[in-house]
Amino acid sequence: MRRVSKIAAAGVVSAALALTATACGSSTTSDSGSTGGSGSASSSSSAGGGGKSKGVGMAYDVGGRGDHSFNDSAARGLDKADGELKLDSKELTASNGETESDRVQRLESLAAAGYNPVIAVGYTYGPSVTTAAKKYPNVTFGLVDSVVDAPNVDSMVFATEQSSYLAGVAAALKTKSGKVGFIGGVQNTLIGTFDAGFAQGVKDTKSSVQLTREYLYKTDPRGFNDATSAAAKAQGMLDKGVDVIYTAAGLSGDGSIQKVAGKSGAWAIGVDSDQFQDPALAKYKNSLLTSAIKNVDVAVYDLINSVKKDNKPKVGTNSYDLANGGVSLATSGGFLADVQAQIDAAKQKIVSGQIKVSSTP
Amino acid sequence: MKKFDKDRVLLGLAAPVLSVLGALIVTGLVLLASGKEPFHAFHVMLTYGSKSDSQVYILNKATPYYLSGLAVAIGFRMNLFNIGVDGQYRLAAFFAAAVGGSMSIPGIIQIPIIILTAMVVGAAWAAIAGVLKVTRGVSEVISTIMLNSIAGIVIGYFLQDGRLGVTDKLANTITTKPIPSGSHLFNFTTQTDPVVGFIVFAGLAGVVYWFVLSRTRFGFDLRSVGRSESAAQASGVSVKKMVIVSMLISGAMAGLVGMSTLLNQSYQFSTDFPAGIGFTGIAVALLGRNNPIGIAVGALLWAFLERASNGLEFEGYDKEIVGVIQGAIVLAVVIAYELVRRYGLARQQRQVGAELAAAGSDDKQEVTA
Repeated sequence: MRRVSKIAAAGVVSAALALTATACGSSTTSDSGSTGGSGSASSSSSAGGGGKSKGVGMAYDVGGRGDHSFNDSAARGLDKADGELKLDSKELTASNGETESDRVQRLESLAAAGYNPVIAVGYTYGPSVTTAAKKYPNVTFGLVDSVVDAPNVDSMVFATEQSSYLAGVAAALKTKSGKVGFIGGVQNTLIGTFDAGFAQGVKDTKSSVQLTREYLYKTDPRGFNDATSAAAKAQGMLDKGVDVIYTAAGLSGDGSIQKVAGKSGAWAIGVDSDQFQDPALAKYKNSLLTSAIKNVDVAVYDLINSVKKDNKPKVGTNSYDLANGGVSLATSGGFLADVQAQIDAAKQKIVSGQIKVSSTP
Repeated sequence: MKKFDKDRVLLGLAAPVLSVLGALIVTGLVLLASGKEPFHAFHVMLTYGSKSDSQVYILNKATPYYLSGLAVAIGFRMNLFNIGVDGQYRLAAFFAAAVGGSMSIPGIIQIPIIILTAMVVGAAWAAIAGVLKVTRGVSEVISTIMLNSIAGIVIGYFLQDGRLGVTDKLANTITTKPIPSGSHLFNFTTQTDPVVGFIVFAGLAGVVYWFVLSRTRFGFDLRSVGRSESAAQASGVSVKKMVIVSMLISGAMAGLVGMSTLLNQSYQFSTDFPAGIGFTGIAVALLGRNNPIGIAVGALLWAFLERASNGLEFEGYDKEIVGVIQGAIVLAVVIAYELVRRYGLARQQRQVGAELAAAGSDDKQEVTA
């Protein structure tokens, strides 16, 4: 009997709540639509008028703002532009297990709401940018890490093989055991550029240095989010006497860095962001020799500026390399101070075209 | 008798309604705790989710969820927990895509071949767990979970350049050969995006599920094994055979899950083929109480919530709030069903007690008379 009455009470209470919920919903919605949502309402109406423009529409890859790496780099560019140009930007983030239509939808909803440029962060957006750019020819789209051939798309590609080359130079000069390692997240074209540049840098600097290369996954994008498996690979390399490990695997790199930090005298090389500065990795920063930085923020900022300030959208394929500061090798920590001259020399040779860095391993 | 049935329907509806309400309350509290206004969020979800392009999206998204829910429900009906729908449908979709990409014959023949391949592969993968359970007593929960992981590795092995994969140098993804355009399944055009044609097959699958389980001897056997293995055995049902057969059917159904994506949308299997629908199916089947219409409602609700998350994100709410709602619904479903079941049981006992008492008093009267 008691249980019955309990259930009855639960039913009554929840029903009552449901009623109040719907009541509030229907009566105050018109209110909250005009008061609570006044900001969005007014801005959308102004966009409808077509006069004032909204800010930037950002579509992040999985992980989004706060991933300490790739997406955060793009976010830094956005923040800088937002701050300088006083923009009202909108950020959306991909979730796991999305389909193509989810991505297209995300880009199109940003374009439809009046955001311009719309910037897609990550190569997975390639096909969806193609679709969305065709449907919204008056909106400029940005695509990081892949190329789409359309008149209103800025394809931002990074010569990561060049920064990786410099990382290779640093590794070859810093290794004591004469063995260095490369760990890639996924064995695809993109990570191949890191691999190729690093290998060439090592070989050109000291041909006697032995390079071990390993990939976490053949095709599975999980490779960018599997720190455990990167840690296991790194441990294996350390056990074989490798003392400098360059990991190009997004978030997985944390695992490798952690293992390397556990062995004194071993160095880790970070990727994409200056990982020495990363608060999440502060514990291990004294083992972080350097990082091969990919300045997505520069590219993002450039595009926003070109659209919002200069009114001359930067479109086409834009390469970011050592010469224009799109990629670089970090110097934080000062662990490279003794070999900086040699690294600068190598950099000069790449910039002047004396050294051609291959992008395929 | 009729009145009793009506009560049962009410009781059946009570659990899902209670659980959705419970989930909304929990979500409202979470929103309040994070300093956001909950009613506005629910309003955004409703208005955004009911726009015409949202409706199309929901139907398209619910199609695989529905099939996945059916696949899981077949197992649930006989107390088998097929957690492996996820691996089964991905492996099935992969091989179906490979077969579809390697042929170019008229679609009217090729589409059935692709669908059949998917069903056979899904069934075969599920059968491994069934055979292990029957011959070695391995719990299907453990084996199917492990088989999910193995399915991923098998796909990873074959989806490589030179095997069954083709790399796209620029996009950094590996795909199977695309299915020729003659074998793309029909779509229903609407004002906005098209609705996937495979939704028809999903509806048919629901009808077949209902018919087989509730209108055939096999379905009766299956449900009786689910209720009590020993009782079923005693009445002449071969439990071992039923385990294998129901795993086969569940796996074949799982094979259909990826087909709407493959035949209507992507036309190829790539590394970004949607994963995790098998687990969504578990939640959907739970929510729908293994009933074909209930599962459809669950699948639509799930798709609606996911669609609504986009609207929330646009309005400045965290889209993860939908994850909270979904999680809360699943928990609330389990709790609500248990509460309602106990209530039903107590009520039944009371009724029987009352009838017995009445009969008893009748007897007494007869004796005194």
